[in-house]
Amino acid sequence: MTESASAPHVVIVGGGGTGGAVAHDLALRGLRVTLVERGELTSGTTGRHHGLLHSGARYAVKDRESAVECIEENRILRRIAPGSFEQNDGLFVAITEADEAYEPLFFESCLASDIPARRVSREEALRLEPNLNPAVRLAVQVPDGTMDAMRMPLRFFATAKRNGATIKPYTEAVAMTIVPSGTGRAVTGVSVLERTSGRRYEIGADLVVNAGGPWAEKIAALAGVDVPIAPSPGVLLAVRGRYANMVINRLHASGDGDIVVPQRELSVIGTSSWLADDPDHLSVPADHVAMMFAEGSALIPAIAKAQVRATWSAARPLIGERGATSGRELSRTFKCFDHAADGVEGFVTISGGKATTLRAMAEAAANVVCAKLGIDSPCRTREYVLAPHTAYYA
Amino acid sequence: MNAQLDPAHDTHATADTGVRVRFRVYRYKAGDRAGHFDEFSLEVAPETTVLDALVAIRTRLDPSLVLRHSCFHASCGTCGMRVNDTEVMACVTKILDLGSATVKVEPIANGALLGDLATDMVDFYARLAAIGRPLIRESEWLPSSIVPEGIEAYNRFESCIECGLCTSACPIVATDPRYIGPAALAAACRAVEEPRGLDPGAIMGLVDDQQGAWRCHAAFECTEACPSAVDPAGAIMALRRRAASGRLRSLIGGRHA
Repeated sequence: MTESASAPHVVIVGGGGTGGAVAHDLALRGLRVTLVERGELTSGTTGRHHGLLHSGARYAVKDRESAVECIEENRILRRIAPGSFEQNDGLFVAITEADEAYEPLFFESCLASDIPARRVSREEALRLEPNLNPAVRLAVQVPDGTMDAMRMPLRFFATAKRNGATIKPYTEAVAMTIVPSGTGRAVTGVSVLERTSGRRYEIGADLVVNAGGPWAEKIAALAGVDVPIAPSPGVLLAVRGRYANMVINRLHASGDGDIVVPQRELSVIGTSSWLADDPDHLSVPADHVAMMFAEGSALIPAIAKAQVRATWSAARPLIGERGATSGRELSRTFKCFDHAADGVEGFVTISGGKATTLRAMAEAAANVVCAKLGIDSPCRTREYVLAPHTAYYA
Repeated sequence: MNAQLDPAHDTHATADTGVRVRFRVYRYKAGDRAGHFDEFSLEVAPETTVLDALVAIRTRLDPSLVLRHSCFHASCGTCGMRVNDTEVMACVTKILDLGSATVKVEPIANGALLGDLATDMVDFYARLAAIGRPLIRESEWLPSSIVPEGIEAYNRFESCIECGLCTSACPIVATDPRYIGPAALAAACRAVEEPRGLDPGAIMGLVDDQQGAWRCHAAFECTEACPSAVDPAGAIMALRRRAASGRLRSLIGGRHA
């Protein structure tokens, strides 16, 4: 776009939604951008999520910061990625007495987070969604939505590419070039292995962004830096059949297995949460699959007898303190680390967050990158309408 | 909650199950004169899929293995492959269901190979672009959720997942690169039946052609291969009926077909 040969060159490591959004943001600000990803784009966590565009309601009670982030980004994404979302909304349903008692706090917290919420009676809920558990007591409608977990992020890559960024899938970062700088060290490049040819080469960089999601810790280790990212996997279950129009959530304090996302002809049920050591070794524990069936059936009884399409696990990248025992205790908001604080210049990590907040994460990271490189260029991604995903293959 | 992470507890395990399967995996790197097969061996569980096995091979045995994958539930379309000579989505193909001690894995056909099991999808999308529109159309833009009778009306994403299995399975695409192919013809059928602002006449002009709907030999391999119930062959037959009836109307109207 406004890219020139003299513009600083930023290398992004990690081709998930976050990396794609960072590439898009930096390309729009006129930087030269190269993104490397060891596998196919969106092959880590991004493509595996349940395809929920969050309204933020899930976090309204316990994590106001995440809730506000979500509803802001929900509105922005609908504007910049028209066609990537079903306008189907979400329904939080109270099944038990305890759920019902939680509703006033939930509803008020949504409104306080600027999330448009509407109280729905038991009768209306069953009219809107006839397959709901008939024990439903009441419900709250919010602007959740269904997204295509791969094609929505792919639009960021497509747009970045159109604006001059170089996107290199099947290209694995295997080492960082590190030189002495001042009192510390500086990253000046990334050595990569091109897996389609076996060729190894170095890409010079004025700055390297680590957008590895749950792999961020491994990538940071290449630069001798430790980042507090914990891979927190969850099990997801997809069954054949679409049992609801809206995204169906359990109206209660955040827990396991409490959402059914209708996705084309499938229903995706998620998700559990635990902490893993290695995002490359995710199990699909039998008891978690059984739990998804049980919790999904509590929302929509027909799910108990639905035909399984797939079961799998996806690792969230959660920011946390070492020693935490459950993924649910960690903050869901994202964080950008400038590793100058660790004595390493030219190296920034962006992690945490979720699919709904990918653009905001990229804006935060790009602001840090531009400040470090002395680039005075405002973020334009709030208004810039993205190219269709097919443009990536043009 | 903390899951037990012992392999016996992992329904998709790739080790320590006592059930060993051999994999013959197609390999090709840029610059190779020809592809070849490498053999790997893993122990698998009843739920372990071909994709699970390939990811385990890459993680534990050979990090240079190139493959495409994303969603793990046959919604994204990236892990389409030929497994034991049949087009499937690797993520929903359970290894033990194949009933063979050796599993052969090859990339989908009828596209340029990026490496190993990864096909370059540029050719696939170019065929779609050739009929003048992308396969997946933008969904409707509604100001708010207005719920009509019948929730099936709310299935607004197109069913095609752009996996390329139909073009891989099609015997005509294999021999004639000029043929538009089943995915694009299925998309054309959707477009003429529900144009949403597109020009059905122009689309019919492209598909009512010797390289369009009439090139198909009605082998139905595409519909057999489709993991998403799009039925490209049925769509091609519908396009032929539409083209034929359009000609008939032209004749009755006294104009040239």
